[in-house]
Amino acid sequence: MSAHGSSSEVHAVGSTRLFVMVWVWLAVITFIELFLAYERLRPDLMLTLLVILSLVKSALIVSYFMHLKYEKIGLALLLIPAAIFCICMIIIFFMPDGARLLQMRLTP
Amino acid sequence: MAETKTVVGVPVSSPWGGGGSPFAINSKKFGMWLFIVSDTLTFSALLLAYSYSRLANPNWPRPFEIYPAIAKSTSMTLILLASSLTMVLGVSAAHRNDRAKTVRWLLLTALGGVAFTVLHLTEWFKLFGEGYTPWSTPQGVPLFGATFFGITGLHMTHVSIGVIYLIIMSIGYGKGKFTSDDVEVSGLYWHFVDLVWMFVFPMIYLMSVSLTG
Repeated sequence: MSAHGSSSEVHAVGSTRLFVMVWVWLAVITFIELFLAYERLRPDLMLTLLVILSLVKSALIVSYFMHLKYEKIGLALLLIPAAIFCICMIIIFFMPDGARLLQMRLTP
Repeated sequence: MAETKTVVGVPVSSPWGGGGSPFAINSKKFGMWLFIVSDTLTFSALLLAYSYSRLANPNWPRPFEIYPAIAKSTSMTLILLASSLTMVLGVSAAHRNDRAKTVRWLLLTALGGVAFTVLHLTEWFKLFGEGYTPWSTPQGVPLFGATFFGITGLHMTHVSIGVIYLIIMSIGYGKGKFTSDDVEVSGLYWHFVDLVWMFVFPMIYLMSVSLTG
């Protein structure tokens, strides 16, 4: 196997056109987010929508730009659940108390 | 499992025999992926700490007016996204062994990073002028300054390190010192920096859009 052998299959996936399309979608989602800010929605609704849109954007970046879609499925199964698990642990530690503080200042 | 398979050029007699590469990627790329996951957790913890401080403070500042602050941060987002596109094109050029084009795309990507940092610094200095510092705000909520400058500062540090990384990579790859796989690993880092901003921008800028401006 030559030095470039491991990258020979990379040619097949991800044409310039595909990358430009992914980029256009990322830009479109950014403008949707900007529109939401312009509308000044309720903070809870705004946060929910923004987090969903950001997760879509990050999925696009990770799958196409970072090429994870074309790696062995085992890599994604190793990395992504581990990250999600740890983030959930941080949320479990922080957020019940955050919700309590919010409740305290909304009901004086 | 008696048949001999090859995984990335290494013959292995069994999947459990060792000497193989279970993910069929080189170890530099795997190392970068592990770093990216751990750095994801650093930024998640910081963004969640920001959200917690925000929930706990009744008079959280919302200093960003649509024009100029949000307009500027949106253009910074688009610059970073564009630099991700040039990076990905650089990686494809590297896999085609087109050295001259790869170097050009990498330098263009680094230029995007520099433009992002410069815009971000002008934004910072404007905020300094309005009385927002890492330890105080006009509203008397120092936690806003601490978390805002902490998170955006750490991200800016990542961008600056990325710019240095890309410049070293473009010089080294141009001289034939690095392979296309090394370019791909630097690409992973750069896309990750972009990815982090995709959360910092909505959660810090868009959630704090001024209610009056």
